[in-house]
Amino acid sequence: MNHALELSDLKKSYGKAEIIRGVDLKIDKGERHAIIGPNGAGKSTLFNLITRRMAPTEGKVHLHGQDLHGLVPFKVNRMGLSRSFQISNIFPRLSVFENVRCALFYSMGFKYSFWTMVDRSKPLTEAADAIIEQINLTSRRDLPAGVLSYAEQRALEIGLTIAGGADVIMLDEPTAGMSNTETDYIVDLIRKVTVGKTLVMVEHDMGVVFGLADRISVLVYGQIVATGTPEEVRANPKVQEAYLGTAITAEH
Amino acid sequence: MTDTTHSFSRPFGISLRTVMPWLVATIVLLLLPFVFSANSTITVMNQMAITIIFALAYNMLLGQGGMLSFGHAVFMGIGGVFAVHVMSYVEVFGAPLPLPLLPIFGGIAGLIFACIIGSFSTRQAGTVFAMISLGVGELIAACSLIFVAFFGGETGVSADRTYGLPVFGVEFLRQSEVYYLIAGWLLLSVLLMYLYTRTPMGRMANAVRDNPERAEFLGYSARWVRFYSFIFSGFFAGIAGGLFALNYEIMTTENMSLVQSGKILLITFLGGMGFFVGPIIGAIVFTLLTTVLSRYTELGALYIGTIFVLTVMYCPRGLAGLLMMHEPAYRLGKLRLLLAPYLKLVIPGTVAVLGSAAVFEMLFHVRHATPGQHEMGLFGITFDSHSPFAWVIAIGGTLAAMVITRKLIPQINDAWHDANTVEGGAK
Repeated sequence: MNHALELSDLKKSYGKAEIIRGVDLKIDKGERHAIIGPNGAGKSTLFNLITRRMAPTEGKVHLHGQDLHGLVPFKVNRMGLSRSFQISNIFPRLSVFENVRCALFYSMGFKYSFWTMVDRSKPLTEAADAIIEQINLTSRRDLPAGVLSYAEQRALEIGLTIAGGADVIMLDEPTAGMSNTETDYIVDLIRKVTVGKTLVMVEHDMGVVFGLADRISVLVYGQIVATGTPEEVRANPKVQEAYLGTAITAEH
Repeated sequence: MTDTTHSFSRPFGISLRTVMPWLVATIVLLLLPFVFSANSTITVMNQMAITIIFALAYNMLLGQGGMLSFGHAVFMGIGGVFAVHVMSYVEVFGAPLPLPLLPIFGGIAGLIFACIIGSFSTRQAGTVFAMISLGVGELIAACSLIFVAFFGGETGVSADRTYGLPVFGVEFLRQSEVYYLIAGWLLLSVLLMYLYTRTPMGRMANAVRDNPERAEFLGYSARWVRFYSFIFSGFFAGIAGGLFALNYEIMTTENMSLVQSGKILLITFLGGMGFFVGPIIGAIVFTLLTTVLSRYTELGALYIGTIFVLTVMYCPRGLAGLLMMHEPAYRLGKLRLLLAPYLKLVIPGTVAVLGSAAVFEMLFHVRHATPGQHEMGLFGITFDSHSPFAWVIAIGGTLAAMVITRKLIPQINDAWHDANTVEGGAK
């Protein structure tokens, strides 16, 4: 049982439209795995199936060997899987500090407590400030998250995702819509915060993918056409034909 | 960077700064009956205190939890009715229950009922929640005429608070004694509701309000978080109901009607739902307004409706938001720059407001006074409401005052800009 995530014959269809058409994938512990594929291939849907944002039509997802069938997102999260979203999904009216602190409550054992005063917990405040330091937002600590710049909101999004100490981190297009400098900043950040953790990410930027990932899966029309190291994937004729073509040779 | 170290060190101890507002509130509450000793004033203050608790309880849903409820008076009503029954029980069987503990029973009734309703209504926020609350409100209003033994039908239920055990010789016959009882509960409830906002559940209530899905992916069930807010809100609404029962010694179906639910929504919005003190301000202002208006005019509802609409349109963050707008200027130490322009606005503004009110009052008098009755009194002046001269003065004066007020707005804007920028107004 050294797979962090194991998908077996995962399917999702809406009526007759099959979005995910049988995905088998094993992701090892500590691996950085990227899922790439053309628009509409079903990458985000696959993400939503794994995190139980949606229920699959068929097939199974195992997290650390445990079947996730019938679980709701907050249960999956408590089992050590945390995700970010393609569109920034933060608490816009709360301060940056409050955002991160909310992400810490459950894992730090506060759960549904209505008798402890959060401001009095030194470990909580220190842990939140450490995360904010890590995502480089210390100077924004007391601002409402809604007024941050786009890149800063993405950084906060990653901060929220890693704060709970989950060992499987799933990032949905972490660098979407960013400038080059912003992308570099986020890639450094991802590399820093996912040390010793399993990372699964969907990403369009090939520079990011080939720079970060240990292994890559290529998803085309709801099926994985290739999985392997960046070199294997790049050399795979099926991949070149189906999707990458000139893109890879251009990038490298 | 000094600012950061300050906010780092502050949260870990009880400082004078955090205790100060509560200390001041306690002293003010203790002294109020000496300043305003008339029985009628104390009645208004009691009413105000009960409304504050209710409004704060309501804001646990609306402001803190993002749940718009149209039936919250039900929880206050049920708490109140239950408290009345407990009071009667004490009276009939001589149970050894000191009166000051009575509101607890109202609270528990509210809590239990909220557990039942909340178990299905908190599944979603938004429109679904609002519609369920509306339905429950109607349902209970209908039930109150069916379960007559509990709700007392159309006449309601009543009891006598003075039959209970005297507490240290106090029998709660006098208004001022009741006042101190209510004031004590007011302080306790407000403190508890404030502290709740500082707990993990209180913080997550805000988070779920902003983004329920994200909260789910952080390990929290949005539904449970809502449920907690809902039952505590029900508890404090029940406490308010218990105090209401104790104060008025009667609860009728009218106390749990949609009208009451609408009123508390209005109060909370008027005060500002985004701030903890908002509902407190709203309750004080609203109670004062209704009391004063009901004494002098029959058009009270018109004025209150107008104020509400203006609040929604021009300061959606409520009266508390209006006050908090001045915080940056205060921090820059430039609040005094606004003083002169504001003072200039006082006279034309007041004339414009009172003038418009006068026009409405005259119109009302012309339409509804007994035929032949042309003499009307307004602001201490007696005049003929049918004379064109009076109309010219009223309408002309109002319009002139409005024009002057309008002319002053650019000055206010300039002063506002100067007061809110570091370099502004440095002449």
